[in-house]
Amino acid sequence: MTEREVKRAGIKKLSPIDVYMLLPKTNCKECGEENCIAFATKVVNREVSIDQCPPLLTKKYEKNYKQLSEMLRPAVRELSVGTGERMVTVGGKLVMYRHEFTYFNPTAIAIDVTDEMSDEEMLEIVKKTQEFNYTYIGNQLKLQMVAVRSTSNDPEKFKATVKKVAENTNLPLILCSFDPAILESGLMAISKDRPLIYAATKDNWRDVAELALMYNCPLVVSAPNDLTLLRSLVKTMKEYSIEDLALDPGTFPSEGLGDTVNNFTMIRRAACNMDDDLLGYPLIGTPIVAWTEPANSPTVSAWKEAQVASMLITRYADILIMHSTEGWALLPLTVLRQNIYTDPRKPVAVEAGLRTFGTPDENSPVLLTTNFALTYYTVAQDIESSDIDSYLLVVDSEGTAVDSGVAGRKMTAETVAEAVKESEIEKKVKHRKLIIPGKAARLSGEIEELSNWQVLVGPRDSSGIAKFLQEKWK
Amino acid sequence: MPERPKKSDIKLPPEILDLLSGVEELELEDVDIEVGDLEVWFQPSALAAVPRVIAPKKIKPTSILEALFAPPVQKYPGEIVEVKLGATKSEGGSRGKPVIIGGEKSPAFYTFENPIPNPPVVSFDVFDSKVPLPKAVKMNFNDVLEDPVAWAKFSVKKFGADIITLHLVSIDPLNPKPSTPAEAAKTVEDVLQAVDVPLIVGGCGDPKKDLEVFEKVTEVAAGERLLISTVTLDMDIEKTAKLIKEHGHVALAFSPMDLNQARELNRRLFEFLPKEQIVMDTTTAALGYGLDYAYTIMERARLAGLMGDPELQQPMSSGTTNAWAAREAWQKMDPQWGARELRGPLWETVTALTLLLAGVDLFMMMHPAAVRTLQNTVKRLLEKRGMGDLRTIANWISAKF
Repeated sequence: MTEREVKRAGIKKLSPIDVYMLLPKTNCKECGEENCIAFATKVVNREVSIDQCPPLLTKKYEKNYKQLSEMLRPAVRELSVGTGERMVTVGGKLVMYRHEFTYFNPTAIAIDVTDEMSDEEMLEIVKKTQEFNYTYIGNQLKLQMVAVRSTSNDPEKFKATVKKVAENTNLPLILCSFDPAILESGLMAISKDRPLIYAATKDNWRDVAELALMYNCPLVVSAPNDLTLLRSLVKTMKEYSIEDLALDPGTFPSEGLGDTVNNFTMIRRAACNMDDDLLGYPLIGTPIVAWTEPANSPTVSAWKEAQVASMLITRYADILIMHSTEGWALLPLTVLRQNIYTDPRKPVAVEAGLRTFGTPDENSPVLLTTNFALTYYTVAQDIESSDIDSYLLVVDSEGTAVDSGVAGRKMTAETVAEAVKESEIEKKVKHRKLIIPGKAARLSGEIEELSNWQVLVGPRDSSGIAKFLQEKWK
Repeated sequence: MPERPKKSDIKLPPEILDLLSGVEELELEDVDIEVGDLEVWFQPSALAAVPRVIAPKKIKPTSILEALFAPPVQKYPGEIVEVKLGATKSEGGSRGKPVIIGGEKSPAFYTFENPIPNPPVVSFDVFDSKVPLPKAVKMNFNDVLEDPVAWAKFSVKKFGADIITLHLVSIDPLNPKPSTPAEAAKTVEDVLQAVDVPLIVGGCGDPKKDLEVFEKVTEVAAGERLLISTVTLDMDIEKTAKLIKEHGHVALAFSPMDLNQARELNRRLFEFLPKEQIVMDTTTAALGYGLDYAYTIMERARLAGLMGDPELQQPMSSGTTNAWAAREAWQKMDPQWGARELRGPLWETVTALTLLLAGVDLFMMMHPAAVRTLQNTVKRLLEKRGMGDLRTIANWISAKF
């Protein structure tokens, strides 16, 4: 590979050897790996950063370090907002489609407050945003930012609000105004916090660029539905030595939604597949625009906002600004984000085999489930809360849930019978009664035939396990 | 303002000056220059000798520097097959309006590249006997749940269903009294009488019983171009495919989230059926319960088809109703997660929208609000460019709502 080709190698082209060639090749193990090639492999898989190689950080390898950084630079640059513990990093995408590698840095969701809200209302929203949390397959689903909007157009009011918000949350802020004077007064309130400035436009770009430089803040460039202007503004900002950028191609929630989806898609394709440096920045979407449209009730606006947000999570948004704090609207979105950003290289599965809950004995019930992580954790939680000592036999369904496992023949009577045998559960209990999930009812007969166990069909959802055991297991 | 670096004179080669048109002042300071920046001036061999140079750092443009944008279009060697569902009287059936799906020449809604020839459509689910349904769904169909004919009619009249999926769950051998193929075929006939939209007929998932029922159903509905749901690898594929061909229907080829099996099934169906009579379903898992797999398998299938894989060029169908398998969709939860009457249909909506963007052509759905949202979205996505009014989205920052 020539130097020119090495530059910004796409993830598909980059091999561990390319990285290895630029490492010190001393196999010093300071990084914790056995040797440099092992380290290089992890670097290529983005499991470790080159900063974990101490010799590479020395003067001697300065040039190699730079070359490696350039080689490994993602098609979409990383952007950090805020400082310290709750700093949020977005972008850093290597590929357009998640199956090509994996997506890094899940979409950050920001909830808005305004400088004309009562303190009470504003603090309530900030608290809700900060404390939003849903536990899902061992992950905490959260919200990441607060967007402060100036509806008053009064610099002093905005400054006071920004200050108050920052005092009450450690989430990074987005300061929203097109008026440089307003933005500046907000920046003065939190001059060291590196909030995200929204936004530089074709009209205010010079003044806003100065602010971004002066306060060393990341900056959104906004050019609604005009990608030529967007590229031009990026080029201009780069000439201004501003590299911490996010791109706002505008969000149409109704008429124009097609353009919006196209714009996000074209930008990401240009960055990932066509080496377009000027569009290789994180994307920001503003589903909050849905609230400016006439609607009969806030529910309709929240629904429309969620609809747009979900499409933009799928189509490449790195940051979303939203208004609704309704759990029914945010829960599906945060779950979708988690799904899209899981690593497709790893099946979400737990180890198959026999688990015990409490202190089961030879008369305890034996339940059955699949090894899809979500199914397993849900069932395990429900058995635990039932407080009944029991065995849980986890069948290897190749990481599929019960219904798709049965439909897709990943969980069959054969695999169940085999799991029963292998688990040696027959040595642990006297009875021969297997409780299978309601959604696997169709396998009952065959399981009985193959395993010689009696099958009891349990509830269709594991939340019914406690009741089922109380009534049917005596 | 921070202190600016001192200005100084520097001679720039002409090409640099061209690049800087529109720049008013040039400010310079000592900087470490990066390899990329140097390429304009030096041959790479000269690099090592010049570790530090004086170079332009802060250049402040006074007007916007123009950078053009051209839509990043691509050509694809393959395209998706068009499949027609339902047949009119003149075509040998009795449907009012057939529905055509597929025919895409680009990934889902890349309308900057190619138009979408046939918009994705939604079919309403109807069950021929009682099945456990979530409350939020049930409340929309309360009066018709016991009667598939009334249910189908209601879905067309009240919700404007483009297609109806009749699930013959009553035939399941696990039922205490499974209905016979003849009984099931009678229900199909009754529904065909009651509505004139294309019909999808679903079995119970038992490969043997389904085939027995399809044998009868394909015959009584000969010429109607039903979509027979589903044909799987563990069925007698030759027999099923021949029935479908003989009586003029379409096969829904179902595979369990596995592209190789999807290919194999299509390959085997190709032996007996023209491509125009096959739709494929690579499995839909609910949001939060494997949607990531479902999404990626579909996206990969569609991209592979466009890139020329002849075994993955069939239009795609999704059993989106599976979204309700997620307990977050139907369960009562802590009040902070809102009413399940809203959370549930949004769960189905988000599942559908995600798969819409993966390339699904045909959705089988349940909740009217989810269906309407999907249909509206499709309409928006197909509008010609420039429909959005910039003024409507310009003021969200200062708007009060």
